[in-house]
Amino acid sequence: MILDYFVILMTSLAFYTILVLALNLAVGFTGLINLGHMVFFGIGAYTSAILTTHGIPWYFAFILAGLLASVLGTLIAAITVRLKGEYFAMVTLGLVFIATAISRNWISLTRGALGIPGVPDIIRDNFYYMIFSWAVAGLCILFLYKLTNSETGKVLQAIRDDETAAAILGKNTYFYKVLSIAISTFFAGIAGSLFAHHINFVDPSVFDLEFFIFVISMLIAGGLASLKGSIVGVFGLSIVSEAMRYIVVSPSLIGAVRDIVYVVILIIILIYKPKGIFGKVDV
Amino acid sequence: MMLSVKNISKNFGGIKAVDGCSFEVKENTITSLIGPNGAGKTTLFNVISGLTAPDSGTIKLLNKKINNLPPYKIAQAGISRTFQLTKVFKNMSIKDNLLIANNTGEDKMKKLLESVYLQKPLNTTASELSYGQQRLLELARALLKPHSLLMLDEPTAGVNPRIRQELKSILKRLRKDGKTILLIEHDMDFVMDISDFVVVLNEGKVLKIGKPKDIAKDKRVLEAYLGK
Repeated sequence: MILDYFVILMTSLAFYTILVLALNLAVGFTGLINLGHMVFFGIGAYTSAILTTHGIPWYFAFILAGLLASVLGTLIAAITVRLKGEYFAMVTLGLVFIATAISRNWISLTRGALGIPGVPDIIRDNFYYMIFSWAVAGLCILFLYKLTNSETGKVLQAIRDDETAAAILGKNTYFYKVLSIAISTFFAGIAGSLFAHHINFVDPSVFDLEFFIFVISMLIAGGLASLKGSIVGVFGLSIVSEAMRYIVVSPSLIGAVRDIVYVVILIIILIYKPKGIFGKVDV
Repeated sequence: MMLSVKNISKNFGGIKAVDGCSFEVKENTITSLIGPNGAGKTTLFNVISGLTAPDSGTIKLLNKKINNLPPYKIAQAGISRTFQLTKVFKNMSIKDNLLIANNTGEDKMKKLLESVYLQKPLNTTASELSYGQQRLLELARALLKPHSLLMLDEPTAGVNPRIRQELKSILKRLRKDGKTILLIEHDMDFVMDISDFVVVLNEGKVLKIGKPKDIAKDKRVLEAYLGK
C-alpha cells in the first residue's frame, strides 16, 4: 500500500522533473518568460491520449506528442519571440486561454469537458512504469546538461543576460531563441504524454493556471538556470504538496489553500535565497 | 578604405539625431568621433553596427554595403564594438563571456586578459568585477571576436585614472599591431594623444574632419564645445 503510493508519487515526480527542466531552459537559461508552458504539456497529453485511444501504438504517440508540441511551439516562437520580456509573457499567457477554449469546444476531437478516459497504460505494472518514466527523465536531464554546457547553451545564456551584446558578437539571437523554445516545448510534450499514460485520463484541466503556478513555483524555488535546482524544487514542493493532504480543509478550498502555501514558501525562500536554492540568475 | 559612411541620416520623431553625415575610416588608423553631448555620436555608432536602421545613406565596410543587414551579420562581416554602458554577460564567467566572442583555448584567453590588464581568474563571474574591470572585459571580448574594425564607445568613461592610462597604452599597441579603430571619446587629451584623425560632430552634422592638431585650433570646433 505504502509502496504503491510511493511508486505513483515517484512517477509523477518524473514528469514534473521533465516539465520544470524544460521550463528552466526557456525561462532560466534563455530569459524567455513562457507563461504558456502548460499548453505544450497539454498538447502532448492530448496527442498521446487521442492517438492511443484510436489504436496507434504508444511509442508512436509518445514521440509524436513531443514532436507536435515542438512544431507548434516553434511556429508560435517564430512569430512571437521578437517581443520583449513581459510582452512575450503576455502573448504566451494568451495561449493558455486559446488552448482551454479549443479543448473544451472541439468536441469531436477532445470530447470537450468530458475529457478522454481510458488512455491505455504504456506498461501495466506501476513499478516498471515508474522506472520507464525516470529513464525518460534521466535522458532529459542528460540532454539538457550537455546542451546547457555546450557552446549553444552558452549562447542562450548570453542572450538572457544581454541580447544586444550577443547580436553584436555575431550571434543570430532570433534563431537561438526559437531553438530554445523548440527544445523546451518538445520536452513539455513528452512530459504530457507520460502524464496521460500515468493517470489514464486527459481533460481541459491540464491547461489550468493553478497547475502552472505549482510548476513555476518549483522552478523558482529551485532556482533559475540550475538543473540541480529544478530537480530539488520538484522534490521539495511535491513533498509539501503531499503533506498538505493531511491538512483538514474543505475540498472547495483546498486548491486555494495550496496556492497560498506555495506562494508563502516561495516568498520565504526568496527572502533568504534571492536566486532560489541553487539559482544562478536573479528571479 | 576600411569604413565609408555616406549621407547617413536618422530622425527620432522630429529630432534629427544624425543629419547627412559622411566620413571615412582609413585602414590601420585610429579615428576619433568627438562632439558635444547630443551631437549624434552614439546614434551613428548604433547605425553603423546595425542596432538602429538609418533613414537614408549608405555604409560600406571594406567596400561591401552593410547598412541593410541585421546586427549579427554586420558583426560577422567584421565589426566589433563596445558600449558606453558596458554590456557584459553579468551572470556568466569571464571565460564564458569570451567564449561567446570566439571559442579559443584558455591559454589564449589568459594572454588576452593579461594584455588588457585584467588579472582575474577565468571562472570569475562578470558581475563580481568592478565597473572598470567590466569595461576591460568588454574590450577583451570585442578584441577576441574576429573583426577588421574595432569601434569603442567612450572607453574611458567612468573608469579610474589608472585604467585610463592602461587603455591608452592598449590602444597605442593595437594601432601598432595594425588594427583599425573608430572611437567615441570625451577626454580631449586622450583623443589628441592617440588619434590619427578626428571627426567632429555637432547637432547631427559633420563639423570638421582633420588631424588632431588642426582640430584643436579650429574656431568652429571650439565654439561648438565652449559656446560663442
